[in-house]
Amino acid sequence: MSKFINGLLNLRRGPWEMVASMLIAIGVVMLMQPFQMWAFTYSFVVTLAGTVMFLVVSHFPD
Amino acid sequence: MPGTIADRVAQATPPHLAGRIKGFSDRTIAWIFVAPTIFLLLAVNIFPLIWTINLSFTNFRANRPNREVDYIGLRNYERILTDSDIWLTMQATAHFLFWTLFFQVVIGFTLAWLINRKFKGNDLWTTIIVLPMMLSPAVVGNFWTFLYQPQIGLFNYLVAFLTGVDPSSFQMIGDVVLAPWAIVIVDTWMWTPFVMLICLAGLRSIPDYIYEAAEIDRASKWRQFWTITVPMVLPFLMLAVLFRGIENFKMFDLVVQLTGGGPGSVTELTSINLKREAFEKWRTGYASAYAIILFVTVFGLASIYVKALNKVKER
Repeated sequence: MSKFINGLLNLRRGPWEMVASMLIAIGVVMLMQPFQMWAFTYSFVVTLAGTVMFLVVSHFPD
Repeated sequence: MPGTIADRVAQATPPHLAGRIKGFSDRTIAWIFVAPTIFLLLAVNIFPLIWTINLSFTNFRANRPNREVDYIGLRNYERILTDSDIWLTMQATAHFLFWTLFFQVVIGFTLAWLINRKFKGNDLWTTIIVLPMMLSPAVVGNFWTFLYQPQIGLFNYLVAFLTGVDPSSFQMIGDVVLAPWAIVIVDTWMWTPFVMLICLAGLRSIPDYIYEAAEIDRASKWRQFWTITVPMVLPFLMLAVLFRGIENFKMFDLVVQLTGGGPGSVTELTSINLKREAFEKWRTGYASAYAIILFVTVFGLASIYVKALNKVKER
């Protein structure tokens, strides 16, 4: 866990990609889930944030 | 043969052309070669994408080109993401996507595993199995519509034969509960061979000596399957899921031909809904915003999927 947090603090690619991937996955689940309308409403913002973050952090050093 | 490939290419270049190129630097020549591709990429991919993003902030309607176009900010996005009909469409797409991928992976892998065992008529069976994949979706949609007919359809008779129910007592494409499964069955029938072929390539790429070494170590068939076959086929399987996932997210022709999105809108997938907004209701700005939402979703999913695929390949 501390390795993951250190990676985030030192702007390392691996942990940041993990965060971006989680955001995308949560966004897609929110978009397609049948339970809460509010989750559907905010799904695009979450997915977009994750996708843009993924594009940016994939240029961070390993 | 003298020198490198570059030397040979230089020697083979006609003198008049060589003279013309001589004045350029290597960097300029590289740009000359790459420029047509970049131009095509910009014209075919990037420009339409930017144009669609621009349209998504407007109230433009393609059937009224002379009307003044107003920028309405994020209102199109707001409307889409608070529309309960579009929410239902997303759920229908999720149902279709999940179950088609599940069945195609399970059946495709099983078929590949069976075909990979050498037996007589192996090639003939492979050809027969891949036949559905070669048909046009319009043709498949049409003949499955006949197969699903309650009175004359063979599918209903097969179900009746297996379960004992009356064949005319249920309608696969006219029933709100059965229709989503009807499109899953047809897509699985059509595209399982594709997954099977990719898995077969993966299975055939596993060298025999690995199994021989496992045999010497007295590993059981079950253990060989889980520790050799599955890990080595996994990158291929993931690639198949990526291709099918993206394709099924955009599924249009087959479902339109089969159910037209009905009954009601239970089989109205996002691409069908998007086409209705864009070319039946002519809400071009709204449809552009809708397309951007779908694009970001597929792009995001594909990004994390490719990352996962690379990790599996590194192992």
